[in-house]
Amino acid sequence: MKVPIEHYILLSTVLFCIGVMGVLLRRNAIILLMCVEIMLNAVNLLMASFSTYHGDAAGQIFVFFIMVVAAAEVAVGLALIVMIYRNFKTTDINLFNKLKW
Amino acid sequence: MADLVYLIPLLPFLGFVINGLAGKRLPKPVVATIACGTILGSFILSILCFKQVIDEGAFTAVLYDWISVGDTHIQIAFQIDQLSTMMMLIITGIGFLIHMYSDGYMHHDDGFHRFFAYLNLFIFSMLLLVMGSNYMLMFFGWEGVGLCSYLLIGFWYKNKEFGVAARKAFIMNRIGDLGLLLGIFMIFNTFGSIEYADVFKNAYAHGDSTNIICILLFVGAMGKSAQIPLYTWLPDAMAGPTPVSALIHAATMVTAGIYLVVRSNVLYIMSPNASELIMYVGLATAMIAGTIGIKQNDIKKVLAYSTVSQLGYMFVALGVGAYTTAMFHLLTHAFFKALLFLGSGSVIHGMGGEQDIRKMGGLKKALPITHITFLIGTLAITGVPFFSGFFSKDEILAMAHGHSDIVFTLLAMASVLTAIYMFRLYFLVFRGNFRGTHHQKEHLHESPMSMTIPLMVLAVLASVAGFLGMPGWMSDNHILNHFLHPIVEGSSHFHPSEFFEYTVLGISIVVLAVIIFSVRNYYITKSIVPESDEAETGFSKVLSHKYYIDEIYNTLFVKPIEALSVFLHKVVDNQIVDGIVNSIAWCVKQSANLLRLLQDGKLEWYMVGMVAGVLLILVFNFFM
Repeated sequence: MKVPIEHYILLSTVLFCIGVMGVLLRRNAIILLMCVEIMLNAVNLLMASFSTYHGDAAGQIFVFFIMVVAAAEVAVGLALIVMIYRNFKTTDINLFNKLKW
Repeated sequence: MADLVYLIPLLPFLGFVINGLAGKRLPKPVVATIACGTILGSFILSILCFKQVIDEGAFTAVLYDWISVGDTHIQIAFQIDQLSTMMMLIITGIGFLIHMYSDGYMHHDDGFHRFFAYLNLFIFSMLLLVMGSNYMLMFFGWEGVGLCSYLLIGFWYKNKEFGVAARKAFIMNRIGDLGLLLGIFMIFNTFGSIEYADVFKNAYAHGDSTNIICILLFVGAMGKSAQIPLYTWLPDAMAGPTPVSALIHAATMVTAGIYLVVRSNVLYIMSPNASELIMYVGLATAMIAGTIGIKQNDIKKVLAYSTVSQLGYMFVALGVGAYTTAMFHLLTHAFFKALLFLGSGSVIHGMGGEQDIRKMGGLKKALPITHITFLIGTLAITGVPFFSGFFSKDEILAMAHGHSDIVFTLLAMASVLTAIYMFRLYFLVFRGNFRGTHHQKEHLHESPMSMTIPLMVLAVLASVAGFLGMPGWMSDNHILNHFLHPIVEGSSHFHPSEFFEYTVLGISIVVLAVIIFSVRNYYITKSIVPESDEAETGFSKVLSHKYYIDEIYNTLFVKPIEALSVFLHKVVDNQIVDGIVNSIAWCVKQSANLLRLLQDGKLEWYMVGMVAGVLLILVFNFFM
């Protein structure tokens, strides 16, 4: 049986909101990165499902691009977190307030 | 000739440019040659103009349209007529002699080239003033000579007092200039043109507004020609080098006011009230400056007050409508006053910079040429018969007599004052015993040739120039009146009776003899030396302090204006203007302080901002 498109939309919205709340509320930098990934993947899921729904492969191709960019971004983000950990001996982002005036 | 006229002012201007720009690198003889040569060129061209005016009459040389707005055209044009050629000859002729003299006088000065550049610029401006064919061009020259006067009075700018004197001259001139400018505006408003020809042609049609125009123009003349109440700058202007005093503050620039009135005589004839005012101002100036002159002890100050007094004479003549007589006195005064100033320069040069006549005396032997020429100048200015001042001064007295006896009497008293202070000066400087230091006595020497030759030339001119205007009892041919007649056609001419003239002549000879004898008796036989300023008492103290006019002006004008400036500075600028600016800056700073708190470095907070932003956009998109 075919899963209706509304389910996909609902699932990705829930996933996206979980990601947003994670970013807003959690303080561990690694968890933050993971939450960003959840948001990206929520969007990917939506892309893929709409692509099937419309019978157009362009959306699925686009998902691959996003995954590549996300992989690169995670690599950079993790590298940053490693460096930050070496300096601060912590990954609690509330202690990283050196960026303000 | 008309196509060469532009060279007359251009040559001195070129001299100014060359000496001003390159003078520092040129050797002194070259600088002096350029400066004197250009003036000599102008002088020769002026003579040619003069000849043409005599042969063929006046002409106008138009160069080009300067300002062209709607129907108004202001031209750069030179009006070469009897009046302007006469002025041109005085300016370039005496100017040349003074340039030559300056070569000797200023020879050891560091600012040699600067001095000649300024002098040339002055001649250029003065020529523009007298040659222009409209009030605009005249105003241009008028401002130019004011500027040069400022530059030359403050020539030794390292001395603070001289700088102050220069500023004083400039500011007092500005007051007069404002009057002149308003007068020109009024002329333009009334006649719709500022060309002399247009204005004078239509003068009769606008008779009722000439009074105010004339008074405004006279305010300008007051400033430039040092009349009450704007005369105090002229004695202070003696801070400049002596040739400057001779050229600017005796012979030429100060006569600009006379020229202005004579040039506008068509307007003045129609406004008897303004003429009356001129006469009384001139009379008061002649009297007051004459009395101050008696008590001055600086050789140049005495001459300065005598200049103010003589200018007062000329204005009396203008006031009674005797325009040619005023020009006559202007001419003779230019000769003998330039002579006297250059003579005093020679004395100062010989004395090594000393200007106090109490420290001179007996200079007759050491400075023979200066002595003789100075004596001739003294005889000319005091009106000893058959020297130039005698003719012109008696003519003014006769004209004053034609107006009213009171004016005549007061003016005669002023001329008695002239005789007293001039002979006092002469006897104190050249006769008696030397009162200076031993060092000065050894240093005493006659000036070089370049200084004595102009003295001799001027002495000859000061002796004979009077024969240009012989009175009725000597000859029927008044050359100057005849020559200037086309300029002053509308003016009446008063002819005194022969009996009156002989009486005045007789009395003046007797009075002069008495004055010379008593002054000589006082200063030489009794060898009384003027007391120091502190020792003066009573009225002579008032005189030696120049009636406290400077102090009065200081209290009435300078102090209140300074107080106003302080008020504007301390309250209006520092508190109100700065206050507004500072409070705007304070508001920006305070709001920035509040907004700054938003950037607290906490990542979640930024995230909240971003999410809130996205939500807001969504809300706006879907629900608004």
